Amino acid sequence: MSLDRWEMVVGLEVHVQLKTRSKAFCACSTQYGAPPNINTCPVCLALPGTLPVLNFEAVRLAVRAAHALSCTVNPTSVFARKNYFYPDLPKGYQISQYDRPLAVNGSLTIGESADGTPITVGITRLHLEEDAGKSIHDRYPSATAIDLNRAGVPLVEIVSEPDMRSSRDAGAYLRTLKQILEFTEVSDVNMEEGSLRVDANVSARLRGETKLGTKTEVKNMNSFSGVERALEAEFARQVELLERGGRVEQQTMLWDGTRGVVRPARSKEASHDYRYFPEPDLPPLVLSKAWIEEQRTSLPELPVARRARFAKEYALPPADIESLTSSVALADYYEQAARAHGDGKTVANWVRGEVLAAVNADGISVREFRVRPGDLADLLSLVRDGKVSHTAAKRIFAEMRKSGERPAQIADREGLLQEGNVDAIAVWVDEVMAEYPEEARRFLAGERKLLGVLVGAVMKKSKGRADPKQVNQLLTSRSTG
Amino acid sequence: MAVSREDLLHVASLARLALDEEAVPRLVRELNGILEHMDVLRKVDTSGVTGAAGVGDAGMPLREDGGAPYPLAHPREAFAPEMRDGFFIVPRLATHEDATESVE
Amino acid sequence: MIGPLDPRDVPSSAIDAVADAFERMADVKAGREGLNLILWTDRVRAADAARSCQRDIDAGREGGVLAGVPYVAKDNIATTELPTSCGSRMLENYVSAFEATAITRLRNAGAILVGKSNCDEFAMGSSTEYSAFGPARNPHDPARVPGGSSGGSAGAVAADIVPFALGSETGGSVRQPAAFCGVVGVKPTYGRVSRYGLVAFASSLDQIGVFGKTVHDAAIVMEVIAGLDPHDATTADAPVPRYRDAEERGLEGMVIGRPKEYFPPSLDPRIAALCDRALALMRAQGATVREISLPTTDLAIPVYYIVAPAEASSNLARFDGARYGLRVRGGTLRDMYDRTRSAGFGPEVTRRILLGTYVLSAGYYDAYYKKAQEVRALIAAEFRRTFASGVDLIFTPTTPSVAFRHGAKSDPYEMYLNDIFTVTANLAGIPGISVPIGRLDGLPVGGQLMAAHFDEMAMFRGAYALEGALGAEAHR
Repeated sequence: MSLDRWEMVVGLEVHVQLKTRSKAFCACSTQYGAPPNINTCPVCLALPGTLPVLNFEAVRLAVRAAHALSCTVNPTSVFARKNYFYPDLPKGYQISQYDRPLAVNGSLTIGESADGTPITVGITRLHLEEDAGKSIHDRYPSATAIDLNRAGVPLVEIVSEPDMRSSRDAGAYLRTLKQILEFTEVSDVNMEEGSLRVDANVSARLRGETKLGTKTEVKNMNSFSGVERALEAEFARQVELLERGGRVEQQTMLWDGTRGVVRPARSKEASHDYRYFPEPDLPPLVLSKAWIEEQRTSLPELPVARRARFAKEYALPPADIESLTSSVALADYYEQAARAHGDGKTVANWVRGEVLAAVNADGISVREFRVRPGDLADLLSLVRDGKVSHTAAKRIFAEMRKSGERPAQIADREGLLQEGNVDAIAVWVDEVMAEYPEEARRFLAGERKLLGVLVGAVMKKSKGRADPKQVNQLLTSRSTG
Repeated sequence: MAVSREDLLHVASLARLALDEEAVPRLVRELNGILEHMDVLRKVDTSGVTGAAGVGDAGMPLREDGGAPYPLAHPREAFAPEMRDGFFIVPRLATHEDATESVE
Repeated sequence: MIGPLDPRDVPSSAIDAVADAFERMADVKAGREGLNLILWTDRVRAADAARSCQRDIDAGREGGVLAGVPYVAKDNIATTELPTSCGSRMLENYVSAFEATAITRLRNAGAILVGKSNCDEFAMGSSTEYSAFGPARNPHDPARVPGGSSGGSAGAVAADIVPFALGSETGGSVRQPAAFCGVVGVKPTYGRVSRYGLVAFASSLDQIGVFGKTVHDAAIVMEVIAGLDPHDATTADAPVPRYRDAEERGLEGMVIGRPKEYFPPSLDPRIAALCDRALALMRAQGATVREISLPTTDLAIPVYYIVAPAEASSNLARFDGARYGLRVRGGTLRDMYDRTRSAGFGPEVTRRILLGTYVLSAGYYDAYYKKAQEVRALIAAEFRRTFASGVDLIFTPTTPSVAFRHGAKSDPYEMYLNDIFTVTANLAGIPGISVPIGRLDGLPVGGQLMAAHFDEMAMFRGAYALEGALGAEAHR
């Protein structure tokens, strides 16, 4: 089998949970991990007579996501009912959007090809919908357990064009999408908690062919690497079939991650007939152009733009940029400190080192970190200006992390301010010379390797307050003078 | 556009209704009898109509995120046919593959 | 004292009023063995509510505009203390875990719920014969239907059990039984009264409505239940006027349209004559009567019987035996679904679910559902144009006939034709009221007044004037 003759064509459908406190159509909490059916009410249990009322925050976040993916947001969109029976779908229909979605025609740049041209994936549409509940099939023998805590949680479905040509492209698309959704604070994007789910449409065609082959839909993938592996497996299956002269059947395939294979889902009765029609309980969603525009301008700078700017403005190497732009919060923290301090590289070293270590150790977000960026900049300025040593700075930082105090205050109280006064340093140098007469004589006679020993002794005598640079200079000048 | 026996059985299956065999011919007849009266609509010129009749052209009101969850006046156990450990219990799906339908 | 409903036969206390309601239920045999108007009651609980209400009245506390007034609600309106069965086996003994907004508002105004009334299953019918708990009977002639689907509520008011009752409308289910039972029946503008807690039949048409012994009673109840509800995204954020004020405003200067399509040659001439008498009385009070034409009228029934079943097929999908209501066991999930739904739904509901599923299914959506919605838009536009042209009210017969005998309409489409004069208001979303305008062979005849969107005030002006002018003639 020669895979090389064939080209993989992939389009992805991604469901992302929006970061709201309450569900899309009722006030129930969206908290993950609650006991079964605790987060349910008359509305999301679909008790007879209940009606949906849409959550504003879900709309706001969905519009943000749409802008972040360069979509056109429709001022009027319409909710529709997608009708099918399933025990975790309490109403017997899902409220979704169908022929008039919230947003269309976006794009996402996922990297560069070998010749440096950007790889861009088209976004067909982005729409709002509600999640279903959870069916648990393996808990009780011959019974299925239904937990409706998720039922009604707001989602956006993001549908891409079939623009990806490899599993690597798909992986890059998902990682880029995830970062954008985190950056714009639209979603927590946590695959384990089900806040991001991926279905893939895959087809194979001979290289050079412009028509699309028959596609299959691959489901049940639980991680980004799982998506990549599933795509490879399905592509290989299709190619093998085609090479043998067979035909690909349009169907749904399920990824079995533990065995690393795809297998067909049982073909569904009557192929889906969802009987979509406009949701009569909800008038159209009408958004003013001004409000839509306001959502666009209030977006944070997106990862690609920010990375480019960090490279230019702060002359940072790629590894620093990659790390510092991993979240909006961290990038903002870094940038505030870098602007206040002036030396981007020094600040980058501290943020990537001390700050991240502390934040990770405490298991908090950088937003909650007690050392504010301005204070970090002040601390680093003390180091640069020779007021505190690097060693002392680490002690001060540890104190700031605990108390949130300003660095100068701590340095002063703890006696960590460096002595820059030449007279004071000269006194310590004289004392050291007196205490170590043998070393002093040899040093003055030109034995330069003893400089370190003497500087160390002076630093020790000054309890770290002496500016090592000045001690160095003074001793050196005596030796030659 | 007459409703055939197959159409009726297909629709009944979509609607999760098990029809008595003897009721099928009568229902086919009744549905065709009703739909016959609907044919008049096909002759109506609706080319000028933009969108369906609907209220709320000004758009839907939205709720603020959060707030107190809507209370249940009776516990779930009071109306549920079967519950265990807080779960609603239904019979197992016919096959494991049916489970994939949940990933809509 | 008791709230400001008509002073006729007002009992001296809330306790007496509620006790009287139960006495009357017993006297007229309103239960299953008799007229079968009332499905569920709880006398002890209602008496408690009455005592508590009377304590408030005696202590001089503000009791609300309906303090101590007993009422019944159609069994498809959610209540937490009495069952909400919707006249269906599917929900037999089901007690809602939340309450309809209209019920809450009535309680806050002091009204006391004394029963849930019989109706066609899930409000699908025009005779209250399609109730799983047996057909209801017309108090004027027990051999005849009270109309439907809110037949139990209409009958309860007609039988003097309660001064007012809640019903629901999708295609005429309040106005038609009001006409058959000789009481006042109001269908508000779509969006005027919250649907929260009204078990959905066809969401874009459904609206809670009111039966009153008099126009005044209905107007007061409308003031209480109308208005914006944060639980219903289709309610309007428009102020609710004091509908009672319509009484003083009279008819002077109003233009009343008489659409020729509602007076076809096939209409019983005696009904046409009663309508013309009513029109003459309104003219005598200063109104101008204008002959008008509403050519899309013939399309209303076909449109309705596509749109309503389509929405119903989706609204009734939630009855699957998983979380509440009937469950018929089956080996697999699919068996449970099929058995539960087949056993739970009666023949008319089954027919409409099948019809609705068909018109929405792949390949038929455009030809049926989409087309019907477009024609519906034409019907609505025709009403808008008519009201914009200076017509304030449209007057028509409410029904083409008086109450018919049980079992008289065996063909489904023939039954559907009963709604011919009422469905238009539901399709257009406008308000309508049926008031008694006389009798035919001893059976009540209703006249209908329709007004522009949210112009219930004009509708009540016409109704008050008509009621006042007819006086006792309305029931003769």
